[in-house]
Amino acid sequence: MSRTYRFLCLLRRMIFLSGLILVLQPAHADTYERRLPNGLRVIVREDRRAPTVAHMIWYRAGSMDETNGTTGVAHLLEHMMFKGTPAFGPGEFNRIVASVGGHDNAFTSRDFTAYFQQIPKGQLGRMMQLEADRMRHLTLSPKEFEQEIKVVMEERRLRTEDRPQALLSEQMMAVAFQAHPYRAPIIGWMNDLENMTVKDARDWYERWYVPNNAYVVIVGDVDHDAAFALARRHYGSLKPRALPERKPQTEPPQSGLRRLAVKAPAKLPVVLMAYKVPVIRDLENDSDPYALEMLAAVLDGNDAARFPRRLIREQQLAASAGAGYDPMTRGPGVFYFHGSPSGGKTRADLEAGFRAEIAHIVENGVAEEELTRAKNQLIASQIYKLDSMFGQAMEIGQMEMSGFSFRHEKRLIEKLRRVTADEVRAVAKKYFDDDHLTVAGLDPQPLPIKSPESRAASPRTSRH
Amino acid sequence: MNSKKILAILFLFSITPFARAGVEIARWTTPSGARVFFVETRALPILDVQIDFAAGQSLDPPEKAGLASMTLALMDKGANGMDETMIAGRLADLGASLGGNLDMDRASISLRTLSEENKRIPALEIMEAVLSAPQFPEDVLSREKARSIALMQESLTRPAVIARRAFWSALYPSHPYGRHATPESLDTLQRADLREFHAGFYSARRATVTIVGDVSRAQAEALARQLTARLPEGRVQEPVKDPGLPEAAEQRIAHPATQAHLLIGIPAISRGDPDFFPLTVGNYILGGGGFVSRLMREIRDKRGYAYSVYSAFIPMKRPGPFQIGLQTKKEQASEALKLTRDVLARFLAEGPDKAELDAAKQNLTGSFPLRLDSNREILDNVAAIGFFDYPIDYLDRYTGNIEKVTAEQVRAAFARRIKPESLITVVVAGD
Repeated sequence: MSRTYRFLCLLRRMIFLSGLILVLQPAHADTYERRLPNGLRVIVREDRRAPTVAHMIWYRAGSMDETNGTTGVAHLLEHMMFKGTPAFGPGEFNRIVASVGGHDNAFTSRDFTAYFQQIPKGQLGRMMQLEADRMRHLTLSPKEFEQEIKVVMEERRLRTEDRPQALLSEQMMAVAFQAHPYRAPIIGWMNDLENMTVKDARDWYERWYVPNNAYVVIVGDVDHDAAFALARRHYGSLKPRALPERKPQTEPPQSGLRRLAVKAPAKLPVVLMAYKVPVIRDLENDSDPYALEMLAAVLDGNDAARFPRRLIREQQLAASAGAGYDPMTRGPGVFYFHGSPSGGKTRADLEAGFRAEIAHIVENGVAEEELTRAKNQLIASQIYKLDSMFGQAMEIGQMEMSGFSFRHEKRLIEKLRRVTADEVRAVAKKYFDDDHLTVAGLDPQPLPIKSPESRAASPRTSRH
Repeated sequence: MNSKKILAILFLFSITPFARAGVEIARWTTPSGARVFFVETRALPILDVQIDFAAGQSLDPPEKAGLASMTLALMDKGANGMDETMIAGRLADLGASLGGNLDMDRASISLRTLSEENKRIPALEIMEAVLSAPQFPEDVLSREKARSIALMQESLTRPAVIARRAFWSALYPSHPYGRHATPESLDTLQRADLREFHAGFYSARRATVTIVGDVSRAQAEALARQLTARLPEGRVQEPVKDPGLPEAAEQRIAHPATQAHLLIGIPAISRGDPDFFPLTVGNYILGGGGFVSRLMREIRDKRGYAYSVYSAFIPMKRPGPFQIGLQTKKEQASEALKLTRDVLARFLAEGPDKAELDAAKQNLTGSFPLRLDSNREILDNVAAIGFFDYPIDYLDRYTGNIEKVTAEQVRAAFARRIKPESLITVVVAGD
């Protein structure tokens, strides 16, 4: 239903959920890849369980590629991609997808922008025709822009302005990062949205929407050779273009604790702690990111994990408590703790509780049983995720986005399964110090209470 | 189970059972009286089991709102001599997950496990213990009460939650569907209440068991029998009454949010209602069809009033709501409300045109395979068929029933269900 619902899921996952994000499936012999002469890569996984197909196109351009003053343009452009080309007018894209029985949507993250359709088999060529058309021929009419920027501002009100926890995350990123563009929210600052022009959208589009900055992922009831033939026919004629230089914008080292508070109408206080940590850059030779991933699972991977067991149940320190880490991102890595103190406890109590959990691991290590449990969940989730074609397409896409290949999936799982208890303890000791920490607190403000006023139906309602 | 085996299985089943119109559902009744619905799918080594009890929120005693929810929440927090950490730990060791879901009519508990015997059997044993022998420990109850109260107090500050609660209360005055748990009502819950609720409503005769996945019919029969053998006897309970229709009213609730939350609706449709198909087709056109509905076009595309705007029918055991929802900048709430009412009024007066009707049918029939393309989705659909007593060939006949709908049927069905003299409007933060 909501165009950016998925991006928020991703965002949530990056920020709030722990987990076995790296839960990627063993490389299957039934996944194939071709590169078209224009640089577009096409990845096809055959899954014939049902007569449906997921078709996605991923652009390596997300909010981290934006510059100050035009934050939010990646996401705005994503909205504009549904507003027509000379061949297919505004709204036609959605109308055609709906007419073949498909669902479509798109999402923008810090790292990428992706579009997808879930369709009955046999409709793949039509979808490629539409995607190829809007990759190079978007109209970007000022009239459509004027309406759509309002929609995006409403989206920002809905998802950020009126959500204290979202405001807190947004502010925290802006403090934790000073140079790297991860500091800006994906949806953009409100003032940047208010001053955005159709030219900003066009500049963005011309810069990044080219076949050599994209890849297509297809999962479902298709024959790979037939899918490659369709891809050549529809995407093959699009001209590549040199991409602009991407400046690294490396975040300078943090050397001291940063704290911030956000006041907003709410009831429960919230604590959000963010430690700077590495992510996977060298799949074979890195080891810390894998250990950090297992640490997240030991802390919060299941209901018997440390946070739910110790912080929520035994110490009754938290009404909610979680850990989150995504080891596969284009930008820098962050390991989060987040939670709300239980009644009678303060944010400071919960913050101390989180710190104590890490100290406990540094001191005593983790039990073999906890690690085995996390690995068992990892193995099972490899199987479970095969139940969703869209989920498989997402995983392939995210893997590729971080600079790896679907062919590395199996290797990644192996690396995770080889993590030892000593390695988990070592990363707990190495990365969780105050010098690389940002702590954000939500300071709840009372709502002005007014009693609801009720009245009989207005003449307007009862007229019909 | 390794990936080679999966691959081999995938190959064998490249012409799958679900490539046909619907899904083959086997059904029977256990000796304990539970109805069972089974779909065998062998493509993946996964087993899903869901058990639905007629133990939903509408069974909360008036002075103990929240009891159904608390009972369900505590079932896996101690059972058969295992404490909550042991239950959670064992499930995690097996790579299995146990989930719960509650709505007005149903309390559902579902298990997803690998189908291999040394995972499946112990996982089902834990599920059985949770269903039949929950202990509702006193200390866990007091902790969970405190947590629920804290989380509820937080949620009661959110405009979407305030709007939803006011809306349901206005739709269902003096009916169980309109009742809400409050921090005060949660605080009254005692262990004896939970035990009594479980003993009364978690019985085999109030249950349907839905099994989807990689087991044989014989294995499915055995597991359904074992899962339901020790369930409590249960008691007889008057079914929830029809709610009737409220008087039209508009409620405005002040809130400091930047956006107003608008809800418009009426009690409209029960599960199994013959008007379901015309209402489904009509709703697709009005506000159900994602980016191509009338509401989306008028509210979002033409004017940029809202990010999300929708209409929906929510069929329940007794007439569930029809509702339209949107959020818009506070300053334009009145205009957006007026426009929404105009779109609805026009649709009620004129019904759909031919092109809209055709497009809706194309989408609803064309997308049918997408509704059944995973075990998870098959489970959801079959569980609803079982619990709400749909015809067993419901899925096979779905597209045919959509095809048959005429524009006049849509108009007539909407006229029967959406009565302006009973429409409720709630606006939060529209001040």
